[in-house]
Amino acid sequence: MQFIPTNLNQSDVIPQEDIINYYKAPKEVAFLLKNSCYDCHSDNTDYQWFNKIKPIFWVMENHIKEGKEDLNFNEFASYSRRRQKSKLKSIISQIEKNEMPLKSYNLMHKSAILDDTDKTILIKWIEKLKDSI
Amino acid sequence: MKLLKLSMNMLAILLFSITTISCAENKKSENAHHDTEMKSNDGHNHEHNEAASKENNSMNSEKMENSDIIGQDSKKSDLIVSTYLQLKNALVADDSKEAAVAAKDLFKVLKGFDITGFSKEDQKELMDIIEDASEHAEHISDSPIDHQREHFVTLSVDLVDLIAIVGSEKTLYQDFCPMANGNKGAIWLSEIKEIKNPYFGSKMLTCGSVQKEI
Repeated sequence: MQFIPTNLNQSDVIPQEDIINYYKAPKEVAFLLKNSCYDCHSDNTDYQWFNKIKPIFWVMENHIKEGKEDLNFNEFASYSRRRQKSKLKSIISQIEKNEMPLKSYNLMHKSAILDDTDKTILIKWIEKLKDSI
Repeated sequence: MKLLKLSMNMLAILLFSITTISCAENKKSENAHHDTEMKSNDGHNHEHNEAASKENNSMNSEKMENSDIIGQDSKKSDLIVSTYLQLKNALVADDSKEAAVAAKDLFKVLKGFDITGFSKEDQKELMDIIEDASEHAEHISDSPIDHQREHFVTLSVDLVDLIAIVGSEKTLYQDFCPMANGNKGAIWLSEIKEIKNPYFGSKMLTCGSVQKEI
């Protein structure tokens, strides 16, 4: 019997405090967030085949651990107003500077790469949200 | 090393181009101030313990006055303010390493801040401020200088909000630079009236103006 790690970052439930739910993100924004960000910044990672290869799995787990500590979109609305605003500001900056998604992540997950249109869509919505909080 | 040489050269050019004597004098006084700050930092743990035991004594004493309580409260913010100023001065000097060290200290001081003795509402606000500020401090302690300066924008706002509740023994100046923060403008707190810009350092040392005295 093969040992399967039981502590994968997976969850069926999307809580009310999730940023997409709580702030009613439009479809295209929701898609981009889930596709390019949620693997490391939520409680539900789409592992695909990555968890089958140990070294890749370990690197991913580390990214997920650090990613969630810094920002977990599933819990976003539970952060204080102040913290939400700070995070949104950081997110915009990281996207603009191509610092996120991580290059190593983009290599393994080509569909996660944000092109200029994607970035504009995301940043526009996040700016609006930041100003409204 | 190259970067240091470049900044030193730029700083030299800048100083050379400023013809007033008072600028050179101000630089001397800033260095002296920096030295005193460093000395006080060595004793900071000792000071903290002293402050804590002083506080216990005044709590037990029956002759406690209101002014004592206010004095104690604003003393509490002093460590936060002084480590913030160390960080600010490191950024002014384009010293990313020193900024990281100061930010690490600031993180510890923020986490150790005692919010008891404030109203429930103030405690909640203080908790939020400290949580946010310490996250920024954490990032600053482990980032290149551009990133450090980005986080310093919001950290400075947090400090202003904190001092609005807790007060500050030291007189501070709230300065503003309209070009910082991607031209959206940013504030910082300074212990001196003279403008020394932490967002641009030697590139634009004197850019900005005093908004108010705190």
